[in-house]
Amino acid sequence: MSENITTLTDATFDEQIGAATAPVVVDFWAEWCGPCKMIAPILEEIADEQAGALSIAKLNVDDNPDVARRFGVMSIPTMIVFKDGQEVSRVVGAKAKGQLMADFQPFL
Amino acid sequence: MSDSTSIRNVIIIGSGPAGLTAAIYAARANLEPLMIEGEPSSTSDQPGGQLMLTTEVENFPGWPDGIMGPELMGRFREQALRFGTQIETAKVSRVDLSASPFGVWVGDPTTPEPTYRARSVIVSTGAQSLMLGLPEETRLLGHGLSTCATCDGFFFRDHDIAVVGGGDSAVEEALFLTKFARTVTLVHRRDELRASKIMRDRAHANEKIRFAWNSTVTTIHGENTVEGVTLVDTITGEERPLAVTGVFVAIGHRPNTDLFVGQLDLEENGYLITHRGSHTNVDGVFACGDVQDHVYRQAITAAGSGCMAAIDAERWLESNDTH
Repeated sequence: MSENITTLTDATFDEQIGAATAPVVVDFWAEWCGPCKMIAPILEEIADEQAGALSIAKLNVDDNPDVARRFGVMSIPTMIVFKDGQEVSRVVGAKAKGQLMADFQPFL
Repeated sequence: MSDSTSIRNVIIIGSGPAGLTAAIYAARANLEPLMIEGEPSSTSDQPGGQLMLTTEVENFPGWPDGIMGPELMGRFREQALRFGTQIETAKVSRVDLSASPFGVWVGDPTTPEPTYRARSVIVSTGAQSLMLGLPEETRLLGHGLSTCATCDGFFFRDHDIAVVGGGDSAVEEALFLTKFARTVTLVHRRDELRASKIMRDRAHANEKIRFAWNSTVTTIHGENTVEGVTLVDTITGEERPLAVTGVFVAIGHRPNTDLFVGQLDLEENGYLITHRGSHTNVDGVFACGDVQDHVYRQAITAAGSGCMAAIDAERWLESNDTH
């Protein structure tokens, strides 16, 4: 996995999202989710290309059900954009790289 | 991106079991295939095909203990790459099959020059899930309405949910969802399941599964998440509510043939017509997998027909002595 991608857990979520200076895209995913696997390499590319401007973090919903429940995630992949610790946007479902970047662009 | 100077031997459009098997065979035959695999999506029209949205595949020969759909397709892809298939993650936006070499566009379909040219084309664009066609579907998709039980079942632990459909896919989804949900109601427009006997037996034996026979969904309720559905009885026309917080749709598929309308012969139901193996009505264009099969629709039959298409394309290229 790209070194520009952070792994979040139920225990670390609030602290890491609160402390982030750049906008963070949190990718809610799981091992058993095909579309999550499809977008994983795309998110790695975005993490490397946007390093500094936009952070990518992953949260495994299997191991961390609390955060997923708190944000009402009912479908994965779900990508929530956080800015200054607050949710500012949400993308549900796998998409092509261009479409994902268009969704994230307003928050850069 | 445009590389109109080089003409490929074969372009494969679509990357499910059919396309990837065609790629393995074409690559081993040194045809240096280019596969345009599609773009990620959660609506069953994506690289890897329909198996990317399924769980355990129990009937693919060679996997006696079963294998997860996405893992199986990952292995197909690895094998296609091993023999030199070039894969582009993009959607084909237009094809011109009126003259050889054929033109294939990705991105802007209005440019005069195609992105790629090829002497032969293998169409393996598959089929995608049908939705119910209700206006609220867009709003609620991913918020209690789902086309992917594998992806979303986890979020319905102890919920009461509905699966719409009566075929093998619907019953498979319903059975899978009983691992999480409190109850699963199969909503079917007839009074018996269309699914195979083994699946029917499993469904009837599962105490979490209920049946709403002769019923269709007319409305899904809920502003931000699903709060229930209205069912209508297909015989009496009577409406009744069903209290569910999740709706999974598995009512069938439609072939991905929009690109080929007016260029390739289609059956009335939209599927591509093939004859003599994988040949279409256009010389040098072959079709395989679910895009031309509404009868069997299995990973193994798709893979078999993909092999046929690659062999047909190879022989056709040889007999036309073009490389």
